[in-house]
Order: sequence, then structure tokens, then C-alpha cells
Amino acid sequence: MRKLLLFLTVLFVGLIFVGRLFYLQVYAGVSYDINEDNAIRKVYNYPKRGYVYDRNGELLVANQPSYDVMVIPREVEPLDTMEFCSLLKISKQDFIKSYKRANNYSPRLPSVFLAHLSKEDYAVLSEKMRKFHGFYIQKRSLRDYQTSIGANVLGFIAEANRKTIEKDPFYKMGDLIGKQGVELSYETELRGVKGVKYIQKDRFNRDIGPYKNGNHDIQAEPGKDITISIDAELQAYGERLMQNKRGGIVAIEPKTGEILSLVSAPTYNPNLLVGRERSKNYTKLYNDTISRPLIDRGLLRMHEPGSPFKALIALTALQEGVIDEQTKITCKHGYVYGRNNRKMGCHCGGGIRYLNNGISKSCNAYFANAFRKTIEKYDDAGEAMDIWSDHIKSFGLGNFLGYDLPIGKKGNIPNGAYYDKWYPDFRWGATTIISNAIGQGEVLVTPIQLANMMAAIANRGYYYTPHIIKNIKGSSIPDKFKEQHHTSIDKEHFGPVIQGLFDVFESRGGTANFLKVPGIEICGKTGTAENFIKIDSVRTQLTDHSIFVAFAPKDDPKIAIAVFVENGYYGARWAGRISSLMIEQYIKGEVTLKYMEKMVLEKSLEEEYLKPYSGQPFKINQ
Amino acid sequence: MQSSRTRNFKLDWISIILFLLLVGFGYLNILSASASGEVTSYFDMGQPYGKQLVFIGCTIILIVLILAIEAKFYERFASLIYLISIISLIGLFIFGKNVNGATSWYAIGGMTLQPSEFAKFATALAVAKYISDLQTNIRLLKYQLKTILIILVPAFLILLQNDAGSTIVYGAFFFVFFREGIPKIYLIIGFALTLLAVSALKFGVLPSALAAAFIVFMYYFFMQKKRKSILNPIFVTLVSIVFVFAIKFFYQNILQQHQQDRISVWLRLENDPEKLEAMKRDITYNLHESEKAISSGGVTGKGFMEGTRTIGKFVPEQHTDYIFSTVGEEWGFLGSSLVVVLFVFLIVRILHLAELQKSQFSRVYGYGVASILFVHFLINIGMVMGLIPTIGIPLPFFSYGGSSLWGFTILLFIFIKLDANRINEW
Repeated sequence: MRKLLLFLTVLFVGLIFVGRLFYLQVYAGVSYDINEDNAIRKVYNYPKRGYVYDRNGELLVANQPSYDVMVIPREVEPLDTMEFCSLLKISKQDFIKSYKRANNYSPRLPSVFLAHLSKEDYAVLSEKMRKFHGFYIQKRSLRDYQTSIGANVLGFIAEANRKTIEKDPFYKMGDLIGKQGVELSYETELRGVKGVKYIQKDRFNRDIGPYKNGNHDIQAEPGKDITISIDAELQAYGERLMQNKRGGIVAIEPKTGEILSLVSAPTYNPNLLVGRERSKNYTKLYNDTISRPLIDRGLLRMHEPGSPFKALIALTALQEGVIDEQTKITCKHGYVYGRNNRKMGCHCGGGIRYLNNGISKSCNAYFANAFRKTIEKYDDAGEAMDIWSDHIKSFGLGNFLGYDLPIGKKGNIPNGAYYDKWYPDFRWGATTIISNAIGQGEVLVTPIQLANMMAAIANRGYYYTPHIIKNIKGSSIPDKFKEQHHTSIDKEHFGPVIQGLFDVFESRGGTANFLKVPGIEICGKTGTAENFIKIDSVRTQLTDHSIFVAFAPKDDPKIAIAVFVENGYYGARWAGRISSLMIEQYIKGEVTLKYMEKMVLEKSLEEEYLKPYSGQPFKINQ
Repeated sequence: MQSSRTRNFKLDWISIILFLLLVGFGYLNILSASASGEVTSYFDMGQPYGKQLVFIGCTIILIVLILAIEAKFYERFASLIYLISIISLIGLFIFGKNVNGATSWYAIGGMTLQPSEFAKFATALAVAKYISDLQTNIRLLKYQLKTILIILVPAFLILLQNDAGSTIVYGAFFFVFFREGIPKIYLIIGFALTLLAVSALKFGVLPSALAAAFIVFMYYFFMQKKRKSILNPIFVTLVSIVFVFAIKFFYQNILQQHQQDRISVWLRLENDPEKLEAMKRDITYNLHESEKAISSGGVTGKGFMEGTRTIGKFVPEQHTDYIFSTVGEEWGFLGSSLVVVLFVFLIVRILHLAELQKSQFSRVYGYGVASILFVHFLINIGMVMGLIPTIGIPLPFFSYGGSSLWGFTILLFIFIKLDANRINEW
């Protein structure tokens, strides 16, 4: 035993030491990360964020310098808090609060202590910064908007949140990241590469030279400038026209799929979301749950398409061979169907309808017949519905279009299975779902889907995925935007339908006859969609949505457009007028329809929007 | 029949290889810890790494000398060597040079020598000589006291030079005495008192005294088969109480502030975690930084000459007492465990050889070598990793410094020589 005492003690101590090393280095020690090593100072150099230009080269978004006070809590040494607070113009409570927040996030990593110093404060502070260990000033670039339009398209940047930082090590606390619009879609191009210099420190916090001769340093690379397909002038005009209204305008260049304008109303000034006031303003916009300015209605507002959908009903019926140009029906102010002689009303005035005047006068009966024939062509309604659904979907409806903006809605194009589920123990047929024939029923679309549908019609059978990007400096736009998507409708069927859409404007009884623009051949279609909301759980009908789709010129389409005005009553009333004005503005560069412009600009729909909130009974469709 | 020549040189190569590995690895870490920027010349005499290379060179000469001398010389002249060593320690009071508050150095030319590093092997020789004397019976109190005196003289002189750390090393001889047969009760008493001292500081005087009394009486009433006088437990309790108070007094009035703080941090006497953190950061800055350096090494370390905390000189005295933190940072868990294993191997090897010795002198000396190396290993690495309070003594063969390297080399190689000679004995 005497021989063993020292021997065993030595072994025991050896084991304890290895155990302690294991605890320190393997168990408690996280794998080495240079970014967390406080012996290495990290100096970040934020590159210029890429500029954003419109399709005509007009600068929309530039940068402005901004200075943040950063803190690394564990490196903070006792300081003259009074002096520091007075330099930053904050109270001691603010100081404590900010410090605690930073310390809670991480004592090792830098956090933003105070964001966006004014230039004057920066000048004063930068000289005295040496005195405050653990604090430093970080220069960043904020956005500087050269315009007040297109907030929904341009998006905004803001501090990356913790979740993002955990997911993507590129971002550090306080880094700015695109949160919406093209800032988000093209974040990687716009942000460039953040430069990092690693500097070896000694224990007195002095720099003693570059870490490993700067081998690990990352050279900053400026972000790429991008050109977006928006026509700033058209966009501004659209936003003006939509003032005091709610809704969206989407205009697409059919030949390329480029989005010419994407208006959402009400909107906000992008400058509100810059700098110190950003989060305050953002909260204000976010909390406006009545007019919801942050919702891009052009991309997100799902609604029943209404009559513009008739163009697709016609095309599918032609493709399936169940009607031709000469097919005629007699409209008796409606369409009677089913065992109980149910009737779908029609406002076309009645009479004999062919395809052409069916479209131009928007005859419900004609399309109810065409739709019914399409479905009844097959013995099985489910199979027929699937075929019909595939035709419709080939126009980009019923699913995400795949455009390069970060938000969207699928919409809905029902198929056989959809109704099988809806009517589990009932043999449904064409007449059960006849509302789809006139764009009501279960069909749901977004304005951008409608605009894209018009682009596909304008191109006589194909479309390019709509996109906002026109050019990325030093690189090319994604290939998927150069690819034609063909619809399942043969090219020859488009002629008569387009003629019908043309006659909407040109023929005497056309629903948009009064919206003609001199010198421009427009094809379009009005739409009016009934809509309901629940007020105190009572289903209440509101004034119809005003919808209009169009493209122009007829034989060399330069613009396809969809306009959606919430509760604007019949299609031609608001959406149609706005559509004609936009087309004229874009094609001619000026507007001659001054009386129409004046009316649109002056008339407000705010009163209409207040009705449901008034608590009083109200009348609609006045 | 082997020739006497080969018999004379039956060296234990395992120990020598372990020694060489430790010295070599130590040099690499000194190079890393003391280099600032580019190393222009490895023989730069202005830098610790340059000097260490010279020290290592001299060590080779020393080893050759030690092995060349007749083995009997060390036993015969043990007393004289001890005497010279004591004189050199006394001489410090007159000629000594004060460095960092301790008067432990002779300045000769541009060099400094630290006699306390040499006093260890001298004392080990003297102890071995005394115990192996046929007249000495270590089981008797008289001889125990005399042996302890041999140790206390240098220990006390070193304490007077304000080098408390090196004094503690002389406690290593307890292992030697125990091996040579002092009663086991000393082990129990030593263990009990250590426990009591720690408990007195950590839990307070009164609870510790009460706990001690409780245990003593429990033992008296329930464990002892033949019950002796009740005075025995009362006496033991009284001694415990006096001891507990003495420890408290010693801690508060005799220990210097920095020593108190080190113990305070070690025992976590400060309950407020924030204050404790602040104390760790400010008072035991070295420890704080060395722990961080070690843990930043991870499993495989940051690589030779690549430790950012080493390059930034975050750990003061890193090339001397805190050299192990460099190992931890740059070589990681694997490298530092290897160092621990090498030390354990070396000490166990020496113990094994000591048990094989035929002469008692060689055995006692071997035990002395193993014990001294072990205590250094225990205190230094334990300190650097924060397991025991900060006590500044070097890591054998590893830390920068000529005196320390030479002192340990002599210590070890005298034993290797004695061991090589064991076949010639009788």
C-alpha cells in the first residue's frame, strides 16, 4: 500500500487533468470561430449597396452613409456614463436598456447600441470614441430614395433579425438586409460582399498587426446595380390615378414579360422606411389594418376575375371544338338551366349573340352555354373539368407565376377533384358550377395573373414569366425569364377572341366603347365582381369591384394591363378609365383624354370604403 | 559476462526519451509564446526562445558530466552538496537580486541563477542520505523530526525570500517519508487537516469545528471496538477547533492580499456571480486569460505559432509559469493531454525504477525525484487550468528558465545515473 500511494495519486491527478482539459476544450469549448475570438478585432467594411434604376435609366434608389454605435459588452470597461450619454444624446435609462439588450443577445458579439447617428453627432463622437472601450462606430450605407413612388416594388432594407443571423452566417447583428420587394429578391446581388479585416490585438486592446498577414481578410466588393423593368413615369402616373382608391394595377410588356408598372393603392412613401424613424413608421403602416398600405394588392389581392375570364371560356370552348365563330344563341336577358329552371341574369340587352358580340357585350348567356358545352363534351364531368382546368392553368392562373417578387398568391382554378370534394355525395355537372363561366364561382385570381393572362392572349398563345428585373450590372437575368410558356390553346383560336376584345372598344354596344383612346387599337374586357363581407357576422354585399383587363396595340402589343379597383362598381367605370389612361400614357407618353383623367384624379372612393364601418345600413352600386 | 563498461552505461532510455520529448515540446511552446512577429533568428539572445536554446545546449553538457561522475560520488558528497546549497540560499540575503518581490536570484554577468531550483535536488540527496543511514529509523519520532529539519531549513530560507510557491514544493517529501515507513496516522492527519482547512475557509469556522467534533465523537462511540478514555475525542476536537481558528487567522492576517484573493476565487468564496466574474477578471487575470486560451484551443488546437491569444500576449508570463496555456491553445485537447500523459509516464517510470533499486539511498532519492516532479506537475498544470489556487512555480522541463531547467535535469539525471549503476552495487 505504501508503494502505491504516490503511484495512484499520480494516475488520479493525471485523469483529473485530462478530464478538466476535456471539459475546457471539448465539452465547454465551442469550435474555434475567428468571429468570436476577442483577440482578433474585426473591422467590417460595408460596400456600397447596388443602385436601382428604372427601365429608362432613371435612378430610383441610391445610398446615404449612416453611422451606428456598436457595442461588444464583454469588452466594455467602466466609463464616464454621463459624458457618453450626453454625447449620444440619450438618457441613462436608454443606456442601461440598450446595454442590457446587447448583453442579452451576446456578451461576445457586437450589437447595435444606437442606430443612425446624425452627421453632427458622428463628428463629435468619433473623436472621443477611443475613450470608451468596447464601443465603436460602424459605418453603413442606408437607402436614399430619389423618388417617392414604387414603395411596394422597391421594398426596403432593415436590420437583419436574429433568426436570419442564425441561419446565414453572412449577417451579423446590425447588418442591413432586404426585407421586401426587389431589395429582398435581389439581396445577394445588391448587397455585394462585406469586407472584413482581421486584426490581432494584444491584451491592452491595442492592434498589433494584421492577423496572419491579412490572409483571412475579405475584400469588400460593391453590390451590383440593377435595372428594374418598371417605367417610373408610368408607375408614378398609375399611383396618381389610384389615389383615394384601393386596388392594384399591373402592366406587363407582353413581348418580354417585364413588369412595366405595379401599382398598389393605398401606398406609402419609401422614404418613411429609412433611418431612425423606420421602425416607428413601419409599425404605424403595419397597424393600419383598414387601408393596409403594406399589402401589395397587385400581387396579393385575390378576387373573382369576373367577365375578363370569359375570354378564356371562349378560348377553351374553341379549342375543345364545342363552339366556333358562327355558334349563336339567343339571349333572353339571362340563361335558364337545370331542372328548376334556374336563371343566370344577363345585362347585355338580349338578342342574338355570336362569339364576337358575346364578348363585346359581355353576354352571360353566351358563355354559360359555351362553358356548359365544354364540360358536357365528355361523359364524365370530372374528366371534363380537369381538361378545362389544365387549359386555364396554362395561362398561368391557379398557381404561383414564378415572378421575382417575394410575395404572391396562388389563386384558384378548380378541377374535377375539387368539386368531388365539395359535393361528396352528389353528381355535380356543368350547371352546378355554371358561375365559373362568367368568372364568378370558385375561380380566384390576382391582378398580376390577370395581366399575365392578357399578355398571353396578346401574344396569341404564350407568355414569359412576369419579372421585375431588367438588367443586373455585370451579370445576366435568370434564364427562366427568357423562356416562352405556351398555352394549350392553338394559335388560330386567338384571332376571333381578340377581335371580340377589340370590339369591346370599337363596336357601338361594346362595354368599353366610351373608353376608346384615339390612335391606339386597344383590346380589353370589362369585369364586375360581386363581393361580400361579414359585418357583425351578417353576410353583407358591398359595391362590386371594378375590374378591367386590356392590351394594346392590337397587332403589335406593347402593354398588357389589369386594373382592379375595390368597390369601384362596374368595370368600365374606374378600372376601365384607369386602364385607358395608363395605356395612352405608356404608348404616347402623354395623355389626351384630359376630361377622363380629371375625373379619375378628382373622384375619391373613400366614402365607399367607410360604408361598412359606419354602423349604418348603406346602399351599394350607386 | 558483460564487460563493466556496458554495465556502467545501462541507462534507462525510456526516461531519457520522455525527458527529451518534454524539453523539445517545451521549447516549441516557448518559441511560440515569446516570439513577437517574425522570428529572424532562433538564436536571438534578446528573446526567451533564443536563450532557452542555449540553456538546452548547456543541459546536454550537464547531462554528460552527471553521467560521467562515479555514482558513489552523489551518496558520498550528499551532505556537502546540501551544505553548499544552503549556503547559496543564505547568500541571497546579502547578494541576492530582487525580481518581482522575491529575492531569489543571483545576478552573474547578464545571467541570473536561482539557487532554490538547485536546492531541490540537494535536499533530495540529503534526505536520501539521512534516511538510508543505517542508524536512522524513520519510524521513530526523533528521526522523523531530524529528517523534517533537513527539509525545513531550505524551505524556510526560501520562504524568507518571499517565494512561497517554491516552499510548498518541499511538502513533496511527505510521499518519500510515507514510502519509507512513517506511521499511517500522519497520512490520515494530513488528509483530515487539509479537509478541515478548506472547509474552514469555505463553510466558516464554526460549522467546520462542529462537523469535526461530530465526526470524531461518532467514530468514538460507534466505530471503536475497544473504547478508550473519553479524553481522546475531546482532545482531538479541541485540536481541531484550535486548528480551524488558526487557519482563519492565518488566512486573514498572515496571507497577503493577493494570496487571499487567489484562495477566495478558487473556493468561490464570493457568492455574487457577477462580483466573482469581476474578481476572476481583475484579480486573477492570468488565470482568467489562461483558461480562456486553453478552452479556445478546442480539440485540435489552432496550430503551432497560430494561437491568437498567445500572439496577442493575453496571458502574462506565458512562457514561464503559464506555458501550459500555450499548449492548450495551439495544440488543443490532443496536445495538452499528451503532455499530461508524458508527465504521468515519466513519474510512474521513475517510481517503478525506484522500487527496483537495491540500495535504499537510490530508492529514497528516486522517490524524492518522482515526488518533486509530481508536485510541480500537480501545482503548475492545476493552477493554469484553475483547479487549484494560483501558485507560481514552473512546469518541469517545459517552462522557460535556465535555473529551473538545469535544476530539474540534475535532479532527474542523478537518479538515472544511480539507476544505471544499480547492477554494480553489492
